[in-house]
Amino acid sequence: MRLTTKSATLLALVILIALSPVFFPSGFYYRVGALIFVNALAVTGIVILTGWAGQISLGHAGFAGIGAYACALAPIHWGIHPALAVLLGAVVSAVLAWLVGRPILRLKGYYLAVASLGMGILISMVLNNERALTRGPDGIDVPELGLRGVLKTAGLDLSNGQFWYFFCGIVLILGTWLALNLRDSATGRALRALHGSEVAAKTVGMDVTKLKLQAFVISAVYASISGSLLALQNKFITPDVAGFMHSVEMVTMAVLGGVSSVAGAIFGAAVLTLLPQVLTVFAEYEQLVLGAIMVLVMIFLREGVVPSILRKFRGRDE
Amino acid sequence: MSLLSIEGLGISFGGLKAVSDVSFGVKPGEIVSVIGPNGAGKTTLFNMISGVYRPEFGKVILNGEDVTALSPHLLARRGMCRTFQNLQVFQSMTVLENTIAGYHLQESGSVLADILNLPASRRRAKEAEAGARALLKRVGLERAAEREAGSLSYGSLKRLEIARAMALKPKVLLLDEPAAGCNAVETEEIDHLIAEIAASGVAILLVEHDMKMVMRISNHIVVLDHGEKIAEGDPAAVSRNPAVIAAYLGAENAAG
Repeated sequence: MRLTTKSATLLALVILIALSPVFFPSGFYYRVGALIFVNALAVTGIVILTGWAGQISLGHAGFAGIGAYACALAPIHWGIHPALAVLLGAVVSAVLAWLVGRPILRLKGYYLAVASLGMGILISMVLNNERALTRGPDGIDVPELGLRGVLKTAGLDLSNGQFWYFFCGIVLILGTWLALNLRDSATGRALRALHGSEVAAKTVGMDVTKLKLQAFVISAVYASISGSLLALQNKFITPDVAGFMHSVEMVTMAVLGGVSSVAGAIFGAAVLTLLPQVLTVFAEYEQLVLGAIMVLVMIFLREGVVPSILRKFRGRDE
Repeated sequence: MSLLSIEGLGISFGGLKAVSDVSFGVKPGEIVSVIGPNGAGKTTLFNMISGVYRPEFGKVILNGEDVTALSPHLLARRGMCRTFQNLQVFQSMTVLENTIAGYHLQESGSVLADILNLPASRRRAKEAEAGARALLKRVGLERAAEREAGSLSYGSLKRLEIARAMALKPKVLLLDEPAAGCNAVETEEIDHLIAEIAASGVAILLVEHDMKMVMRISNHIVVLDHGEKIAEGDPAAVSRNPAVIAAYLGAENAAG
């Protein structure tokens, strides 16, 4: 039964990504789609950390910032290819997550939220103020990934929007597959167990500190790659990517869709990425609508939209 | 030779002695029960033995090794597992997943293999699942395997906790009031289950309020009152002991 949930989620995602372009009224929507996929990738990491392991991070945008600036700085300063810079960013994020998480996750409670908040702010400050390296708050150009050119010579001519839509879509499918693999593995089961009862998890031999640390590192890598993809497709990045609001946005997307469900993460990312596009007419009320949605979800659909709907359907079956 | 030895264990909370100088041993295949009136310190003693509390005095010796105040997950590695008086079940996971969680030490491997769904990871999960299903059958929960644990009855959850603990193949099993809140039929089922586990060579330490059950299945009984051991011996001897009667019925009723 679990296996079908996993394949169903993946199948639905593949169909959605492949068929949506048929309904796009203009090329602009490829870009919106790519943004949704990038956000959904970061939120999938939040699902692993918060939904399964029960740990809260308020600084995940910091890792997105590292991923983004790795793609901007590594090619310029050290002549590293942007594709390798994505990996470099992921490694740096993983190491940083490990260093921050190791002392903090020994403690019980929500210390990670506070520590990660501080870490996120520090990264954002460094990106803003180290002008010699990052060019500061005005942002910095990011070099071309170059894959589109390679595809073109191979006979596949995609517009810039189309290329990033499908490329980010494929990365998201991959990220979803990996997350769903993890969910039903020994590690994923242990993460969900320690969330349910930490003392019981310990009595069956689970090293809860190590497990939480693994979840934190994995989710940091998701955020980092999401940041890299954002920088590469925009070909330009500002320190806002590492800002506090971006961290809050990630958590909000996860909570809206359903923090313990990967499908929910993608749904939440889609809604909150589309919303500003739909609400451009009354942009001033965007925050208001966002807040209202959050309050309504917390009151009526506390598990998040997707798990609540699924539960309704399952309830009817039985 | 005892598999588990408790030597002079003691702890106090805010100057109040909750448990002081308690010693006894449990041999393989033996069922030792700790009894005593409410507030006698039974659960506190249990929490010290299982590494939840750090004792101020005394030692816990497991299989010849000093394991005092070792973290529960390290005790699990050395073959000690426990259940809880106030159930600690992974509520939002299925009954099967709860039981598989008990196989964690045997099942867990590299995270990378888990994320990539490598054959090694799948094989480990499959073995754990097969073992878990067999255990669920043994405790009579095989038909509830796919249900969410939170939806089970109280008695079933008690059995689920025992199944999860058995998955570790422990040498020492600590059961904290396994029959509390169960009806007569459920109690008898748990009774049989415990006797069966002991018969397979596991040393069992039991805290239980149901005196009939304690008298029926224990080989040895340790009686606590006000945190101190006031008596120990086989069920017949303990039930005749004047100090025990005094502790349960009040001093004025006792002969001495």
